[in-house]
Order: sequence, then structure tokens, then C-alpha cells
Amino acid sequence: MTTVTAPPGTGDAGRDVRAPRPARLSERARDEQRLGWYLVAPAVVVMLAVTAYPLGRAVYLSLYSYRLTDPAAKEFVGLRNYGVVLTDSLWWQDVFTTVFITVVTVAVELVIGFAFATVMHRIIFGRRTVRTAILIPYGIITVVAAFAWQYAFALDSGFVNEWFGLGDKAWFSDRWSALAVIILAEVWKTTPFISLLLLAGLAQVPEELQEAAKVDGASAWQRLWRVTIPNMKGAILVALLFRTLDAFRIFDTIFIMTGGAEKTESLSILAFRQTITRTELGLGGAVSVLLFLSVMLIAFAIIRGFNVDLGQVRGD
Amino acid sequence: MNSLRSRVGWGLAGLAILVYTLLPVAWIVSLSFKEGDDINNKKFLPSHWSLDNYRTVFDTNLFTSALRNSIGISLIATAVSVALATVAAYAIARLQFRGKRLVLSAALAIAIFPTVALVGSLFDMWRSLGIYDTWIGLIIPYVSFTLPLSIWVLSAFFREIPWEMEQAAQVDGATPWQAFRKVIVPLAAPGVFTAAILAFFFAWNDFVFGISLTATDAARPVPAALAFFTGESFFQQPTAAISAASVIVTIPVIALVLIFQRRIVAGLTSGAVKG
Repeated sequence: MTTVTAPPGTGDAGRDVRAPRPARLSERARDEQRLGWYLVAPAVVVMLAVTAYPLGRAVYLSLYSYRLTDPAAKEFVGLRNYGVVLTDSLWWQDVFTTVFITVVTVAVELVIGFAFATVMHRIIFGRRTVRTAILIPYGIITVVAAFAWQYAFALDSGFVNEWFGLGDKAWFSDRWSALAVIILAEVWKTTPFISLLLLAGLAQVPEELQEAAKVDGASAWQRLWRVTIPNMKGAILVALLFRTLDAFRIFDTIFIMTGGAEKTESLSILAFRQTITRTELGLGGAVSVLLFLSVMLIAFAIIRGFNVDLGQVRGD
Repeated sequence: MNSLRSRVGWGLAGLAILVYTLLPVAWIVSLSFKEGDDINNKKFLPSHWSLDNYRTVFDTNLFTSALRNSIGISLIATAVSVALATVAAYAIARLQFRGKRLVLSAALAIAIFPTVALVGSLFDMWRSLGIYDTWIGLIIPYVSFTLPLSIWVLSAFFREIPWEMEQAAQVDGATPWQAFRKVIVPLAAPGVFTAAILAFFFAWNDFVFGISLTATDAARPVPAALAFFTGESFFQQPTAAISAASVIVTIPVIALVLIFQRRIVAGLTSGAVKG
């Protein structure tokens, strides 16, 4: 995550005085340095207290056979928990489910999100209404959205089977149809975020370029691929990065809709089941650490692979 | 292309987006007004509209205590998070100090953190600290996980503020306090507000911490309580009660979206980070 661009110094003229930097910082610069640390310290401490320390603890516990209900039997087992997890077919099934949901969700969202962004960019009548409405799925509680979609597809209360003449199709008793509804609910809820990021990207594409391409006889399709998309690459990659990592940790929707039944369990549900439901903090710790490593690996791969410049969308 | 025709075309596309965003919301509202067996009428709308479900949820402690917890915990977490983030973002935007880049990178890393990977340890830690199943036990993780977004939104915002106006006001005879209160506070307030709305959305939406770190209605927030309606409640039709409760907790979201539409969009895109 080294590509994060630190905000440049501000337009405060008085601070540029020490530009020819001497070997030692001037007293004033030292004071400024110290004040800076004092001001960010509380935020940094709170952020690390709830992430770095518990993560370290999860790493430590993952080396033990440790169940909360039987603390006396705590025993050092080295990397055995990792061996148990990685040789279990359930782990790999959940990896597949999670990756499947992530890839399909993000791909669909990029396409729909781009279409929505284009509409919001071009629309004149009702511009404000559409930009307001798009925020409703973003703001709505994920659990509420999951219930709404679940009830829509449910056998007893749902209207979907009735509307589309599907009879008594039991959506949640088959892996693929259950995953389809889960993905639908996720796409509905999170496409607005992507479309707003892409809208910000679209606003940065120079209108003259579009006009010039049009004059030169480029078709709408060519203009999309040769002018619009290359010029908003930064926004697309930032949207891709954040949505991929967010989709990969999917939990709420699956928990509400199926609870992980019918082979719809994601890695987050697995980690939750091991640690909270079964209080197997040792084995659950190993699952948690592996989940964390997967997320870091994906983040690293996207940032390095696509050379994402996270400063771009922020308008630096 | 005829200009009027293209306008109408984009207008129709906009209408499609409205249907997309509002259909599930309309559905859950409609469900919440269905009474008794009507819930299974398999139609979109109720046969006749009834307020019974709302009476039921407000009569049950399960929901009212969860609503109280959600409101209290979310508001306190938002206030603390925004206060800490304002101070940190001021330093990041205005001061030169080593480690600035590191703070922003750490914030980014936390924004993408898989929260479930932490709940096992937190569950254990909170129990030994005696803050399991308390408000503070949820406020702490909510503050940590809303800080990254708040810091990013606020530092992006603070970089745009013309700080030299503060000195200009003092040259014109204002005291430092007046210059701060009359010049800087009004300029900074919209950014602080934006960060607060986004932080509130995160806390209001949370489910993972809500179900992992609470056990009773002492601290259990609404999303977690909704998941337990099905199992342990005495409702004959949890569907109807859950729908009514869902509508109630969606009202604040819709109100915030309607009032602060511009600020939310600006905050989401300037931060480029989702909480």
C-alpha cells in the first residue's frame, strides 16, 4: 500500500520558510513534528487497539488447541491448526464460494455501475432525484436488504415466483439458485457505491476529447473503449479494489438468507462459526489469520497488478 | 440525435434506476402493512392495509431496547470518531511531520480489514475486560472502523480550506478565538458533517460486531436483534414483525439521504474509501 500519496503541504506560505533543509530540523519544525504526532496519536492508537492487537492475539491462539469452554485443555500445537484447515475440503469449498461470489458480484456491478454512472452524468430531467435515490441502497442496513430480498423469493411470502410464473420454486434449497439470490441482493446494495465512484471518474473525462473523436468519425462503441474508459482508468481501479475486498468479506447477506446452508458458506461465515458459535479460538484463529492473509494478498495483487494510484480519485 | 428525444431517453433510463433502487424498499414497506395470513398472499401489495405489525414491534422489548441501543451506540461512536478524525486530519492536512504517509496507509489497511477475522479475539478480550455485551464494547470497534473513512474525507476536505483567511481576520482585528470560530468553523463544518453521516451509516449498518460482542438486549443493536427475531421471539409471523422493524430503522437512513444527498456523494468520492 505504498502507492498512497500523502497529501502535499498546504498553501500555508509561512511553512515553506525552512525549505533549504539543514542537517538538523529547526526548533520550529521539531515543534511542528511533535504537534503532528500528538494530534494523530489518539486516532492511531484507537485504530490499532482494535485491529493489530486482536490480530496478533489470533495469530498467537492459532498455534494452540484452545476451546473457550475448556480452557484447562489449552495446548501448544504449532502449525497443526493450519494443517487441519488447509486439508479440510470445507475450507476449499468455502474459498470457492467466496471467490465465485466476489468475481460475479464485482463483474456485474462494474457493468451496471458504469451504466448508472453514464445515466447520472447525462440525465437532465430528474437529475437530483436519481442521484438521491441511488444513495438509498447504499445507506440501507445490509441485514434489512437481505430480509427484503429473502422474503421476495421465499416460498410462502414471496411475489417473485408468482410474477414470473415459476410455481413453487424453492430458491434457497439449491446451492446455485441460493447463490443467485445472495449475489442479487449484494449487487443491489453495493452497485450505488461503484456508480458514484465511476460518476466522479466520468466527470474528469474532457468533453472536447469526446467531441473530437466524434468529428473524426468514431462510433459510440469506439469512443467508449478508446476515449472514455482509458480516461477514467483511475476511478475504475479504485472502485474495483474496494469492492473486491468488500465483496470478499461477505457475511451479513449469507448469514440472514441461508446461514451458510446448501454450500453457500463464505470464509467470513466459517471464521465466525469456528470462533463465536463453537468458541474454538485455536482453530478459528487459524481460519481468521488465513482470511486476513487472503485479503492482504488480493489487495497487494490488485494494487501491484494494475498499478492503482489511490491519489487519483481524490483529486490530488 | 434530436435533443428532446435524447433528453426523454435519458429520463426514461433515470426512471429505470428509480425502480431499481426503490422496488425492494417498496416491497418491505408493503410487507410491513400486511396483517395476519395476508403476509402469504404472494402479491406485492397487501389485500388491506394494517398498522398491527407496527403496534406489535413497539410493544416488544426485544425491538425497543435494540432501537435504543442502536441509536445511542451509533451516535456516541460517530461523535467520538469524528472528533478524533478531525484532530488527526487537521495535522495531516496542515502540518509537516514524518510518519504522515504511514498514518494514511494504516487507515487504508484498516478500511479493507476483514472484520470477522477479529471477532474471535475481541470476544475473548472483551469478556476478560468485562465489557462484553455493553455499549462501550461496541462503541470501541465502531470508532476504530469508522476512523479511516473519516480521516480520509476530512483530510481531503481540510486541504481545500483557505487557511490564510484566519490570519486575514486577525489582521482585521479579530481575536484568535473569533477568527477560529467565525472563519474556520463555518468553513470546516460541512466536511465534519459529511464524515459524521458516513460514520453513522457504518455504525447503524454493522452486523458482525453486533452479533459477536453482545448476548442480551443490554447492548444488542437492531441488525443483530432482527436476526434473532426468527428464533427466539414469540411472534406468530416473524416475517411481518421483521418487516415493520426494518421499515422503522430505514426511516433515518432515507431522511439523511434526502437532506444531505450532495454531501454524502462528495464524501464517498473524495474519500474514495468505503467504511
